[in-house]
Amino acid sequence: MLPSFPPWLPWTHLRTCLHSQGLPIQKATRNGNSCSLAILHPPQHPAPRHFNWIVGALTTWLGLNVFLFVYYFLLFDKDKKFYYTRVVLGCCRRTMRKQLDHNLTFHKLVAYSIALFTAVHIIAHLCNFEWYNDSQQAADGSLSSILSDLHQDEESNKWLNPIRSNNTTPAYVTFTTIPGLTGVIITVALILMVTSSMEFIRRSYFEVFWYMHHLFVIYFAGLVIHGIAGLVRGQTAESLKEHNPELCAQDPKQWDRKNKHSQCEEPEFGSIPAESWQWVLAPILLYVFERVLRFWRSQQRVVVVKAVMHPSKVLELQMHKKGFSMEVGQYIFINCPSVSCLEWHPFTLTSAPEEDFFSVHIRAAGDWTEKLNDTFQQQKPKTPRIEVDGPFGTASEDVFQYEAAMLVGAGIGVTPFASVLKSIWYKFQHADQRLKTKKIYFYWLCRDTGAFAWFKDLLASLEQEMEESGKAGFLNYRLFLTGWDNSLAGHAAFNLDNDTDVVTGLRQKTSFGRPMWNSEFSAVATAHPRSVVGVFLCGPEALATSLQKCCHQYSSLDPRKVKFYFNKENF
Amino acid sequence: MGRIEWAMWANEQALASGLILITGGIVAVAGQFKGWPFAAYAIGAGVLVCLLEYPRGKRKRGSTMERCGQKYMTAVVKVFGPLTRNYYVRAILHAVLAVPAGFLLSTILGTVCLGIASGIYLLAAIRGEEWSPIEQKPPERPQLGGGTIKQPPAMPPPRPPAEARKKPPLEEAGHTNPVAVTAEAE
Repeated sequence: MLPSFPPWLPWTHLRTCLHSQGLPIQKATRNGNSCSLAILHPPQHPAPRHFNWIVGALTTWLGLNVFLFVYYFLLFDKDKKFYYTRVVLGCCRRTMRKQLDHNLTFHKLVAYSIALFTAVHIIAHLCNFEWYNDSQQAADGSLSSILSDLHQDEESNKWLNPIRSNNTTPAYVTFTTIPGLTGVIITVALILMVTSSMEFIRRSYFEVFWYMHHLFVIYFAGLVIHGIAGLVRGQTAESLKEHNPELCAQDPKQWDRKNKHSQCEEPEFGSIPAESWQWVLAPILLYVFERVLRFWRSQQRVVVVKAVMHPSKVLELQMHKKGFSMEVGQYIFINCPSVSCLEWHPFTLTSAPEEDFFSVHIRAAGDWTEKLNDTFQQQKPKTPRIEVDGPFGTASEDVFQYEAAMLVGAGIGVTPFASVLKSIWYKFQHADQRLKTKKIYFYWLCRDTGAFAWFKDLLASLEQEMEESGKAGFLNYRLFLTGWDNSLAGHAAFNLDNDTDVVTGLRQKTSFGRPMWNSEFSAVATAHPRSVVGVFLCGPEALATSLQKCCHQYSSLDPRKVKFYFNKENF
Repeated sequence: MGRIEWAMWANEQALASGLILITGGIVAVAGQFKGWPFAAYAIGAGVLVCLLEYPRGKRKRGSTMERCGQKYMTAVVKVFGPLTRNYYVRAILHAVLAVPAGFLLSTILGTVCLGIASGIYLLAAIRGEEWSPIEQKPPERPQLGGGTIKQPPAMPPPRPPAEARKKPPLEEAGHTNPVAVTAEAE
């Protein structure tokens, strides 16, 4: 089974992925998985391109990190420049932290790496400070103590041991030097960010996670200035010419400028320049640019053309924004300053690209959505201002390429299909050449239709339009209620002879329980013996597995006969 | 932020602080840094904090995810009653535990983090939150009839008292008519 990696999102979507986890809104989260479809190409196609690409990028990045770690470790361990640094310290470690924010999984991976390397870095520097202090306080004439005394009382910057006095503690030094102080501050910020990002906290109290995560500003500011004091030092190149540590270290008492017999002058040390900023500068600039872009985009005026309150606390907003163009299955981020200044929440677009407005259906399922609902329900004379960012997500053009399509929407995954169905209907009506689809089988699985009454209405209106234009056979949809009980089934059995369904009021009868995919697939295969059928799912992984199996099973080996392709895209 | 329970976040923060205390303590003890007795103390304090904070309390609204294997510690923590239920006590306890670790550089990070956790617990206590254990649900009785019997009767059906159930003796087996029947001989 393939893992559900989202496809490559353009960099403009980088940080916005932070939003889409743990929110009680319509953007798919079902059983903790993102709404995802599984790629299964028939044997003659190459392996899924997205999956390979992402695994390759991750491996490269991890490999690069490991390489850098080892390289710098060896540099500090072996290079002559740092011979005395090593003597005083024992060994030194330096770690790199890179920030590349592409999608949520990657972000989490980076976060874990940062936490791990921070721990290693801190432990290493704890040891460093302790040993620097010991070296400074040692009075036994050892190499360490001689080195520590060098250049201590001069104005020059040639010292090796950053700890200057004999009666200080590592803790005091930490809080009175730039790297120490910034180190402590940014580590505390990191820990706060990590504890408030635990999955439990994220899903239950999103605001805490969201506001705490803004501590990253402090983190990066501190990180950039963390190394500027140059406390880690090595012998300068000039000094190396006059003083070869491998020879001279054996007899430190002979070091003297004035002594003509010795070949060893006193060694002189200089600091390594701060390098962190070189690593994080580019991503920070990218991020700043993205925020500026999003801010500019959000300042564009959004006109709320219509706001409709549906049953079950669903608010439909139909909006218009200049220059906005969408594709099926995409989503937008919405911010309502009167509800909350800083929160942006993603919602799947439920309108078709052919319509002259774009709409979302927002179900009240958390603090922000309920407040938004209330704000619109109060019907103030001036509608609250809405800011929109997007659309994001990959468009799913593939839906229109198949002669027959089986669309399966489970639970909350039915939302993107509103857009798909509407668009298909528009294209069909206008005899759009891009639409190759002749027949659609739509399966709607849910526990109860309560929260999706608006989708029922959509199906009803589609049904009516199809009848009026005489194309009633185009869309074949079935509703499966998996949360039925005896009374509901009894009621349905009693009203079996009615024209319309007793539960939904639609002409298609509701079925109870889960669909038997074997019979569905064989029926479709029989009805379209020579077509290519696309299967699209928006729902849980378990369902994806069974649909994949059915696709395999019912696809004929003969290329002229029926073939089922199971498509994995993120709606 | 109307409905947040601060104690949940304080719990995560305190657990992390405990781990940091333990790590810092181990580093200082292993390296025999100056003042390493403070580090030994930090290890002990860290273990205590971790054990205390491992069982997650029950949320007031919604379901709470248990941590793996927390039911054993829940039983222990429950025993202390108000000492562990009240968050004021926890706030003060964490503040007190944090102080000695602040004297050594290796463990000062643990001090700061535990201090922050103590502050969040204080906030939680001011807002009236309390720790309540997550109880195990009693095991469901195995259903007869494959689950089709929803409400099996708990009592036997009503029967007349024992005397009335006794069969009448054979001689009186005949039916006694309430109304006299006269056979019309014809």
